[in-house]
Amino acid sequence: MVKITFIEPDGTEKHVEASAGISLMEAATRNGVQGIAAECGGQCSCATCHVYIEGDFFEQVGPPEGDEEDMLDFSDSRQANSRLGCQVPVSDEYSGMVVRVVGDDG
Amino acid sequence: MTERIVIVGGGQAAVSASMRLRAGGFTGTVDILSEEPVLPYQRPPLSKAYLKGELDEDRMYLRPDSLYREQGITVHLETQALMIDRVKRTVETEKKSKFPYDRLILATGATPRPLPDEIGGGLENVHTLRTLADADLLRDKVRPGQRLLVVGGGYIGLEMAAVAATLRLEVTLVEVQERILNRVAAPETADWMRALHLDHGVDLREGVGLRRLVSDGKQAVLAALSDDSAVGVDLVVVGIGVRANDGLARAAGLTVQNGIVTDQYCRTFDPDIYAIGDCAVFPYRGEPTRLESVQNACDAGDYVADHILGISTGPFVPEPWFWSDQFDISLRIAGLNRGYDRVLTRPGEREGGLSVWYFGKDRLLAVDSLNDPKSYMAGKRWLSAGLTPRQDALVDPNMPLKSVPTEAAFSTVSKATTT
Ligand SMILES: Cc1cc2nc3c(=O)[nH]c(=O)nc-3n(C[C@H](O)[C@H](O)[C@H](O)COP(=O)(O)OP(=O)(O)OC[C@H]3O[C@@H](n4cnc5c(N)ncnc54)[C@H](O)[C@@H]3O)c2cc1C
Ligand code: FES
Repeated sequence: MVKITFIEPDGTEKHVEASAGISLMEAATRNGVQGIAAECGGQCSCATCHVYIEGDFFEQVGPPEGDEEDMLDFSDSRQANSRLGCQVPVSDEYSGMVVRVVGDDG
Repeated sequence: MTERIVIVGGGQAAVSASMRLRAGGFTGTVDILSEEPVLPYQRPPLSKAYLKGELDEDRMYLRPDSLYREQGITVHLETQALMIDRVKRTVETEKKSKFPYDRLILATGATPRPLPDEIGGGLENVHTLRTLADADLLRDKVRPGQRLLVVGGGYIGLEMAAVAATLRLEVTLVEVQERILNRVAAPETADWMRALHLDHGVDLREGVGLRRLVSDGKQAVLAALSDDSAVGVDLVVVGIGVRANDGLARAAGLTVQNGIVTDQYCRTFDPDIYAIGDCAVFPYRGEPTRLESVQNACDAGDYVADHILGISTGPFVPEPWFWSDQFDISLRIAGLNRGYDRVLTRPGEREGGLSVWYFGKDRLLAVDSLNDPKSYMAGKRWLSAGLTPRQDALVDPNMPLKSVPTEAAFSTVSKATTT
């Protein structure tokens, strides 16, 4: 299990254990993290799973591409470390990752 | 004091409402009565990734069992609500148990319209697609080389055809209306979709209805069509729309008209009973409206929880959006095009991408984004801010979307809707 900390839009921290292979969006919704509606269920179609990957982990995860980049390009809350949570599979190297939930997109 | 909340139906709307009640600090009991044998799951993949075999069952569930437990939400499976006693304020189930409520939320969803039995609806190889069980049955039958007839050219029918064609079935789709997506999209969008399906070998026949299925006693083997032609079939999938599940409400004396009628607060005329999601009709832009989308189920679920808890007192105002996947292409729709009087198109940045913009009285109503996510996001942002793009700039392909000037649509809005 990979330990990930989600920071909800109101600042509450939630510590979650996720299995490798599921997405950050799934790790969040399965554990009741607030602020991720995930309306499209991970199809990169709603942007309600917008997150910021904090610190050095963003380098590891890498930038968005294709549809995801186009979706984020028009988001008001876009930052350099923005990703759509459903497009980021959890990997064993992500233990200790901190993910900030944007919460107002889509 | 609201202490006991009962939700009838265990779909997307029920999950949103129950989770939001807890997030909003509700400490009473929350009981979800679901007639299905499994925990609430997402339906959209049933005609997309799940049917194709690309998504495992455990990823279909909206929330794991552990989360309902942790949140103190009791999901009663295989528990059909049979009767509402509005005087005693109880819901009776088939297992003869009674659930008393202070507030009742009806989230019963919808059921596919069946093909009439007289023309072959009851045959073994004739299917509709609404539940995980439906999809599991179909998953076993979509095999390469099989001949599939899809009846109905709406989104679900088209998605079914796309998945089957991808899995190398021989697919014929008939749509009795003059064109596919007749009810929900402009000809421009339908043209694009038609080309996509023809490209992938789907035999798409518009303005052609199914007259009847000819059977060998058990299975449909031949479909007689309204243009006097006939096609051989191994499998038939019917996607001719849904009916709101409003029987329980009707029997309880609530107002029902193509769905359970609610006011601007998602409430029936009984102030203790709400209705949300696919089963509910609510006023939107001055007209009774029933939406069938995940967005609406989610928005209404959240809204109702907030309304019960007194967190929100204003009316329910959804922000409609929808998506559909066909082959390797995504269609995304922001807004609701009802009442449009003008359609403009704009090529997308990618090869073959297109956006179709709907205006009513010069105000932006909706956009269909065909393999063009940027136009979807731009449209969604404008709509939620009440802005309308300048039409001459919008159709200019050299003008980047981000630079298209907008004007507040409110002056026209109020003129258009205060009738
Ligand atoms: C194949 C398919 C593809 C779709 N694709 C998309 C898409 O791409 N995008 C999109 O936005 N939407 C899509 N939709 C629509 C979307 O899934 C629905 O709008 C959404 O599920 C509605 O949620 P709901 O909670 O209102 O109803 P439902 O999800 O239908 O849930 C209602 C539940 O209540 C149960 N129930 C009914 N009566 C009773 C009773 N008396 N007692 C107990 N339980 C009862 C039903 O069995 C059902 O489980 C699709 C739907 C289907 C079927
Ligand atoms: S869940 Fe919809 S874009 Fe990620």
